[in-house]
Amino acid sequence: MSSTATTTRILEIEGLSARYGHVEALRPVDLHVDEGELVAVLGPNGAGKSTLMNAIMGLVPTQGQVRFRGREVPRRAPAAAAALGIVLVPEGRGIFAPMTVAENLELGAYLLNDKQEYARRHARVLALFPRLKERLSQTAGSLSGGEQQMLAVGRALMSEPKILLLDEPSLGLAPRIIEEILQKLGELNRQGLPIILVEQKAPLVLRLARRAYLLSVGSIAAEIDPRTIKSHDELVHYYLG
Amino acid sequence: MNSFITIWAKGRGNLATWLLWGLASAFVAYTFATGGYLIAVLQFAFIYTVLVTGLNIFMGFTGQVSFGHNAFAAIGGYSSAVLTTTYGWEPLPACLLGLAGALACALVVGYPVLRLRGHYLAMATLAIGLIVYEVAVQWQSVTQGYMGISGIPSIGVGSFTIGSDRALLVFLMIVAALALLSAAGIRRSRLGRAFVAAAGSEDAARALGIDVAHYKLIAFMISAAYAAIAGSLFVHAVGFVSPEVFGLPMVVMSFTMLYVGGIGTIAGPALGAIIISVLPESFRAFKDYQDLAYGAALIVILIYAPRGLASLPELWARWRRRSA
Repeated sequence: MSSTATTTRILEIEGLSARYGHVEALRPVDLHVDEGELVAVLGPNGAGKSTLMNAIMGLVPTQGQVRFRGREVPRRAPAAAAALGIVLVPEGRGIFAPMTVAENLELGAYLLNDKQEYARRHARVLALFPRLKERLSQTAGSLSGGEQQMLAVGRALMSEPKILLLDEPSLGLAPRIIEEILQKLGELNRQGLPIILVEQKAPLVLRLARRAYLLSVGSIAAEIDPRTIKSHDELVHYYLG
Repeated sequence: MNSFITIWAKGRGNLATWLLWGLASAFVAYTFATGGYLIAVLQFAFIYTVLVTGLNIFMGFTGQVSFGHNAFAAIGGYSSAVLTTTYGWEPLPACLLGLAGALACALVVGYPVLRLRGHYLAMATLAIGLIVYEVAVQWQSVTQGYMGISGIPSIGVGSFTIGSDRALLVFLMIVAALALLSAAGIRRSRLGRAFVAAAGSEDAARALGIDVAHYKLIAFMISAAYAAIAGSLFVHAVGFVSPEVFGLPMVVMSFTMLYVGGIGTIAGPALGAIIISVLPESFRAFKDYQDLAYGAALIVILIYAPRGLASLPELWARWRRRSA
């Protein structure tokens, strides 16, 4: 984007690192998300993509700074991060299997007390994922993988996030379903929702993303403009150095 | 009331549900009519229903582990025993003070301990049970140590006391039913959904803005309250208390009831408490092999209904669909 003067940075991450015991899973990284952007985070298995998401959310012990819309995102307080409007759809979806679809959606709006507002969000999510409507009273565990992913995204949307973090939504899903879910995410983004999308399957998301960060062994190897990636080979080059 | 209607609606039309409840009520009616030793067995089962329901809220709904709920039962039980015998209190205020004590203890202990997960949490809670047991043994001036306290009055308010065994049975049955209904209410509430979310995935719940540590502590305290009430009921029903009453066997017993009945279900604690109390009695005819038969029966139940007796209606419905 050339119009840098008008775009606002809403999420700014500086020197964010995370370690599990002695293992440094994430070396200090800097990244940012602008208003209305869909940013992809790519990288092979074990590159630290999930750790980065968990670190932003404050689910793991971290060092460094995360600022969201000018406010410091507290560390090790995921509930506080969620209250600021940062919502993560975790890897493996993290749906609550023994509860019904309706209950899962309700938990997404846990911080909300306004019934009318709740009904509005509920209707909006069901309009986006009509399939969930038929399954409201079913237990979430009985849904197919694709439906579970839709539920996970829908549940996150119930909190009306100001930025959505998605950790490998394509994991274990059939290509057709992935296509459908990514299309919905694109739709949400066009409506103005900033999204960070973590993926291993790079070609899928590069069509959607405005920018992409490539993670490799716990640090950012490159920042890519998807439009400049002309061929598959070029991407392979990024992956393999 | 709402929650009762749900329980009823869920099981409606399912033969296994009717059979289960039919058998249970027939047994209660039979015991009520014939009286004798079985009444004591059932009283015991209803008291345990309260304890196990509390445990179910912490372990079944919230997905945590506690080997230490006997501690809260002991606090409730000893408060009732000491206050009514030594200080001449009424049973109700004594029970309430015990309840408050158990809640305070759960708050103080739970706050640091609930940061632990899985096995570590289990070990820490086990320690609570052992400590309270040791206090009950050593604090002789109050608890009379191993000797225990006898002559604890029956439950009652003012001049009205529940004297007869049958009246006590009915009273305990009502209390047990209230315990189940309140648990159903909790499960269906906002609070209950937060509990189940914490059980499902702590990280996912946190990422949704649910303060998991906070809700685990609330679940711990609520379940401690049930345990304290059960402890009070126990000492009043038996009229005697000693440290052994609230020892490790109580923990083993309540776990068995919870798993055999169906952990995480509403009716499970009641079914488990009744079956586990009655089963050993029904194997008396086996004489020396009584324990063997009892053990075998438990294994059979857990093999064929791994999610407990409360899951039988579901298994029955699945079987019907398959054969239809």
